Amino acid sequence: MSTVAASAAAAFVPDRMDDALPAETYETVGEIHSPNARITVREVTVWYGDKIGIENVNIDIGSNEVLALVGPSGCGKSTFLRCLNRMNDIIDNCRVTGNIRLDGEDIFSPKLDVVLLRARVGMVFQKPNPFPKSIYDNVAYGPRIHGLTETRADTDEIVQRSLERAGLWEEVKDRLEQPGTGLSGGQQQRLCIARAIAVSPEVILMDEPCSSLDPIATARIEELIDELRQQYAIALVTHSMQQAARVSQRTAYFHLGHLVEVGETSQIFTNPRHTLTEDYITGRVG
Amino acid sequence: MAAAEAERPSVTGRHISRKYDEALEDVRTSVLEMGGVVEEQISRSLAALAAFDSEIGERVVRDDYKINRLEVQIDEECTRIIALRQPAASDLRLVIAIIKTITDLERMGDEAEKIGRTAVRLAGNAPRRMRYAGVRNLGRHVQQMVHQALDAFARLDVEAAVAIAREDKMVDLEYAACMRELVTYMMEDPRRISEVLDMIWCARALERIADHAKNIGEYIVFLVKGKDIRHTSLEHKELQAQSEV
Repeated sequence: MSTVAASAAAAFVPDRMDDALPAETYETVGEIHSPNARITVREVTVWYGDKIGIENVNIDIGSNEVLALVGPSGCGKSTFLRCLNRMNDIIDNCRVTGNIRLDGEDIFSPKLDVVLLRARVGMVFQKPNPFPKSIYDNVAYGPRIHGLTETRADTDEIVQRSLERAGLWEEVKDRLEQPGTGLSGGQQQRLCIARAIAVSPEVILMDEPCSSLDPIATARIEELIDELRQQYAIALVTHSMQQAARVSQRTAYFHLGHLVEVGETSQIFTNPRHTLTEDYITGRVG
Repeated sequence: MAAAEAERPSVTGRHISRKYDEALEDVRTSVLEMGGVVEEQISRSLAALAAFDSEIGERVVRDDYKINRLEVQIDEECTRIIALRQPAASDLRLVIAIIKTITDLERMGDEAEKIGRTAVRLAGNAPRRMRYAGVRNLGRHVQQMVHQALDAFARLDVEAAVAIAREDKMVDLEYAACMRELVTYMMEDPRRISEVLDMIWCARALERIADHAKNIGEYIVFLVKGKDIRHTSLEHKELQAQSEV
């Protein structure tokens, strides 16, 4: 157990877990279906070489809801998130099996344009990573390369709308030509969110978007996530149990590469059904 | 027994933070301590009533502050745990169950105080010791229930907790019978009406204590099973206590 945890922590790749978990934990507890599913994930297994990252994951991600992905480091939640817009493609010796559909369309289909997929399934990372460009260009870049704008006026409108929706417009409208990297951490993260929503995605993936922010900036991002939920399907990886409780409607608990339990957030935090979930969210030694 | 222990999640232990374990364990112990004081107060109030003993009765009235003090102290501990630890799942249910339990315990204490006060008053009026078998039996039964409730809380015993709801139904019947008995006393001897009225208030207090014990039983089911069985039928309570999920 300890060697497993150590190697997982070192490489973020857990060893094959067959011996570590009893067979019944392979079965996900709880309702994996969502009434308004945008993404459906079925029997997805991710291999790093001959090691398993996540195994047999089945879950829906629906619109108008935030799905929080929680679990200890190395449990596979980021691996899972990266599957959803095929970010694992760029990792050597990573192999994904199973089926993932975005609005019914197979995202592994050879006909599918990966660049377009990543516009439809946007991503916000742990560390704010604005381009070394102006605030304006950070947001305008995506719409331009995807051909969403024809005139400068179009672009202006998209930039303003995206920044407004990200709650940043009032703070930056007078200095759009200044570099995005000059903003504070929280502002940079909101800029990254504006950049993601500028290309009109359907799904937004967030990988610990608040982990480098102070509580005030975190609260603003959380407020923003809740507003964005009205329009997008959101999957959020977080290490903060309180954050998962605050912003998500559904919570999925990953443990050693397995999706152990999915349920309504209020149920997961008051009465989880799996003891592994219980142990994790109450801070017990598993 | 060992198997049952293993199945049942430990309420307080095994947190990564040992201080968190200790805080939860401390507050749980305080509840049991408060329960002990309440039991003693009820037992003394009944002794005072049985013997029309003003001395014991006064002591019951005087000692009610101990229960109140524990209630405030436990409330503070729970508030601190919520603020500092943000408990979730079974920990959250434990803290919530405790906050509710101590409210009922405190009210039990108030009812015992009422009985003690009545005993003091009756001691002045009636030099002769009366029988009032109905009230006495009711008292004995209610004492048992309170003990059962605290026991079930200490052992997280869901079946015992639901059994208290069953007992409460019996107590309600006994209370009704007791009232009939007391009414006949008043008809037999109108000079004793004021005294018997006092006994009626005591019977009422005992019946209320049984209700509080039943409430505690319901919190125990919530704590262990995560199910709210308040305001439901006895059959439903039993079913919920037995179900697995």
